[in-house]
Amino acid sequence: MASVLPRILHAGRLAGVTTQRTVGVGAGADLVGSAEGLATQDMVLNIGPQHPSTHGVLRLRITLDGERIIDAEPVVGYMHRGAEKLFEVRDYRQIIVLANRHDWLSAFANELGVVLAAERMLGMEVPVRAVWARTLLAEMNRVLNHLMFLGSYPLEVGAITPVFYAFRERETIQAVMEEVSGGRMHYMFNRVGGLKEELPAGWTGRARTAIHDVRRRLPDIENLIMGNEIFRARTKGVGVLSQELVHAYGVSGPIARASGVDLDLRRDEPYLAYGELDVPVVTRADGDCLARFQCLMSQVKVSLDLADQCLDRLTTLPPGPINTRLPKVLKVPEGSTYAWTENPLGLNGYYLVSRGEKTPWRLKLRSASFNNIQVLSELLPGTLVADMVAILGSMFFVVGDIDK
Amino acid sequence: MTVDLPHPTVGPLQRMAPEPMRLILNWGRRYSLWVFNFGLACCAIEFIASSMSRHDFIRLGVIPFAPGPRQADLMVVSGTVTDKMAPAVKRLYEQMPEPKYVISFGACSNSGGPYWDSYCVTKGVDQIVPVDVYVPGCPPRPEALLQGILRLQQKIAAESLADRYTPHAPVGPIETVPVLSTPTDLLRPDGR
Repeated sequence: MASVLPRILHAGRLAGVTTQRTVGVGAGADLVGSAEGLATQDMVLNIGPQHPSTHGVLRLRITLDGERIIDAEPVVGYMHRGAEKLFEVRDYRQIIVLANRHDWLSAFANELGVVLAAERMLGMEVPVRAVWARTLLAEMNRVLNHLMFLGSYPLEVGAITPVFYAFRERETIQAVMEEVSGGRMHYMFNRVGGLKEELPAGWTGRARTAIHDVRRRLPDIENLIMGNEIFRARTKGVGVLSQELVHAYGVSGPIARASGVDLDLRRDEPYLAYGELDVPVVTRADGDCLARFQCLMSQVKVSLDLADQCLDRLTTLPPGPINTRLPKVLKVPEGSTYAWTENPLGLNGYYLVSRGEKTPWRLKLRSASFNNIQVLSELLPGTLVADMVAILGSMFFVVGDIDK
Repeated sequence: MTVDLPHPTVGPLQRMAPEPMRLILNWGRRYSLWVFNFGLACCAIEFIASSMSRHDFIRLGVIPFAPGPRQADLMVVSGTVTDKMAPAVKRLYEQMPEPKYVISFGACSNSGGPYWDSYCVTKGVDQIVPVDVYVPGCPPRPEALLQGILRLQQKIAAESLADRYTPHAPVGPIETVPVLSTPTDLLRPDGR
């Protein structure tokens, strides 16, 4: 077997050309007896774009020295659907359709940013019941999102069972979300100036039951996975993300908070009704895979509590409108604004530039996962291939959120 | 280095098999669909939901444990196929052994869906691979996928593989199974 393995360097990034280098001729042959021991060969390995560990298509090009990763480069763009360009040819009602699809696990939070931006530009006052209902649904959406990762992450590191429990809880919450909005994933329930329609009669009671059930059964997942020593061995101390890297790459959300970065827009720059709620911000100091997973787990509990508080308020509020009457053609006045929200996966911002027409002139989308996965090129070098899956899974990304 | 191999066929047995034997072959084929999930976007989550305990498509004989396309009978394309992704979809489809089936799951893979006017989205996966069953919805409910699987099974029950893989086969009337008839809307335009 010809053991000359050409290695493609990533010189393309520097010089604009691809160069080839031959390393290691006859494994160990020329280095026997030398101080370096056995020679190893570098190998460029493609992970993805289609691989079963993620729902979506992230491609990683990693260079290996034996089993150790020496270079990693996320190749994005396989899910690029051109949402930002399409925003420019949709009116403000239609934008919501596309906005909730880029991060398909946090659909409600995505629509929220768009309508908040439009409402701010219009100077629109949103009915108080709509504000509380939005807060409630946003928190329930956060629970749904986190449950997905609480199930899929153990699956990626080899524990199959938790995902079944996670989906049982997801179905419970999806049932009430579906009752209120008609959608299991893409709710399309926000409108500029409020919500689409009134909450169904008796819905708050059923929502409370669902939240109660999920809270009661959450220890099932927790006990399955948290005390598992295999899981702990694969995640503890693996993929430690430092605070400096978090700041350098603009990492946000539970991943940043697991590294001790105490930032949560729900507390630090309250939108909706979060200003009236006491939002406990979950942080961890370790910054490893386990800390990220624990952050997610604790945030589910926090979100369930917040949802309960929203329900309490909703039931005490006097009856009133839940949306605002809109003109047939909704035109946003000239100007620009930036609305950001604390999405389940991190900071999600919309920079809206309007020239007074019924479509935005530009709607820039700042999505959480895009920044979060870029840090992989710093995090992966030096780790083993087996740890790569654990680290990749713990970055909690949605590919549509990366590629938009 | 490429090797020119003859196009894989399902063998003379299928062509000459008497009707009862074909019935049995089709019966076996439709209840052991090892599925390869080409999960691309939102629909992949609903695909996962269909494989979980509430909807559980394993009871229909759809087995989601295929290690890769080479071991799969059915590919479910769930999500937006972008122009960058399309070559990979086609390549993985070609790696599947015959007889193979494709379910296009969701509006995006049917026609581009909400991204119908995007500059980088393939307007339907049927432009690159032949599709057997289309499941509409954005994303479709898990029940819709179950219905799509049932429709595919009806189609498999009624098909003759010899006709399917014979080049330029004369298009005759579609055979129907007494109990499960093939709805005409599921057939390809050329009647296969």
